[in-house]
Amino acid sequence: MIAIIDYGVGNLHSVYNALTAIDCPCVITCDPIVIQASSGMILPGVGAFKDCMQNLQDSNVIDVIRQEVNNNKPILGICLGMQVMFEKGYEVEACDGLGFLQGEVTLMRDQSVKIPHIGWNQLQQVKEDPILEANNNVCVYYVHSYSASNYDINDVVAFSEYGNLKIVGYVHKGNILGMQYHPEKSGKEGLAMLNKFKEMCV
Amino acid sequence: MISKRLIPCLDIKDGKVVKGINFLGLKEVGNPAELAKKYYEEGADEIVLLDISATHEGRNTMIDVVQDVAKAIFIPFTVGGGIRNLEDIRNMLLAGADKVSLNSSAIATPLLIREASKIFGSQCIVVAIDAKQRVDKSGYDVYVNGGRKNTGLDLMDWVKRVIELGAGEILLTSMDADGTKQGFDIDMLKLVNTGLPIPLIASGGCGSIEDIEEVFVEDVADAALAASIFHYGTHPLPQVKKQLKEKGILVREYE
Repeated sequence: MIAIIDYGVGNLHSVYNALTAIDCPCVITCDPIVIQASSGMILPGVGAFKDCMQNLQDSNVIDVIRQEVNNNKPILGICLGMQVMFEKGYEVEACDGLGFLQGEVTLMRDQSVKIPHIGWNQLQQVKEDPILEANNNVCVYYVHSYSASNYDINDVVAFSEYGNLKIVGYVHKGNILGMQYHPEKSGKEGLAMLNKFKEMCV
Repeated sequence: MISKRLIPCLDIKDGKVVKGINFLGLKEVGNPAELAKKYYEEGADEIVLLDISATHEGRNTMIDVVQDVAKAIFIPFTVGGGIRNLEDIRNMLLAGADKVSLNSSAIATPLLIREASKIFGSQCIVVAIDAKQRVDKSGYDVYVNGGRKNTGLDLMDWVKRVIELGAGEILLTSMDADGTKQGFDIDMLKLVNTGLPIPLIASGGCGSIEDIEEVFVEDVADAALAASIFHYGTHPLPQVKKQLKEKGILVREYE
């Protein structure tokens, strides 16, 4: 059972629908007991960095997430859910993140392209990874204005190029996985990635 | 690099897909979730569901349609038509829509764009604009009510305003081109897209693959929306994508 962590931002149903489509048992929850009992966690995210951290705080889920991450339970952060796993964010104002990954989240700046980065972009894989097996150069759906910077290059599995920017698309460090794009909205290839994550959560 | 998006549009009336020709004479062509799934499987990059129901009951069925579509497809989709306020937006997003498009309500209450983008994020607020060239060709006017009412607003002034208010994308329909199948309004798109900081979706007039090709070769939009060329099976999406790719246009490839 995968726990989709609910911290009151809505739109968790697209992740739920996607997991249901691949026959992955899942539950939308903010209950620490349910999160503890799960085999893996998905941290979705819509909105701004600071609001997301505040909502996680208000929902009293930060301690249990931290504890389960330390217990080596797989966690997949999606979009803003990935961003808050870094050390710090600068959306609206500076705010500490969960700090599972080295790096910070800053506004993308490039005069040659439109921001937000909305649409399908190719993943450029820089190292092997169980989730992206045979998925090299697949197109995934992005929608964001901020991205990771000052990260540890060893954590990055795939980038996407946008104008002069090299956007961190997918990071994977041990049991911590983060996707800046939306696998639940990236067609069959995205569902295949979620299926691989499901297989990690046993 | 980012690929150009192909977006089939489903016009929905009382829970069923129809396609309007110049907004008149509707013909039923299918069930929304089924048709959306067909397009998803054929490689559509996104889908737009446009509710053209005239009645309250008709509009209420839209929530069910959105929920069904959300379970059937795993690509983003936008819902537009009849969205009046923050509550309507919240209901559509909770039902599973990724974005909503605002048209008449944005004209009536421009601050709705600001409030909605603040609460739900700019990325899910699309402003749909219907525009028509002025008779003296001095520019374009913005229309509402399915193209029946001229607001007197100048297109470029309105575009500037919606960007300031926080719109995440613009869906621009040419009233002159819509339903003609004679191609997109390249001049109008070029005017709007030049220096535009947010993505632009071209709509109205698509009758062939070459029409889509023109939009992307001229680089006047980030996405092309069409209805009839997809609905009637004359131009299946895989064929459209293949031809665009052969012309050197970056499109999403899929299995």
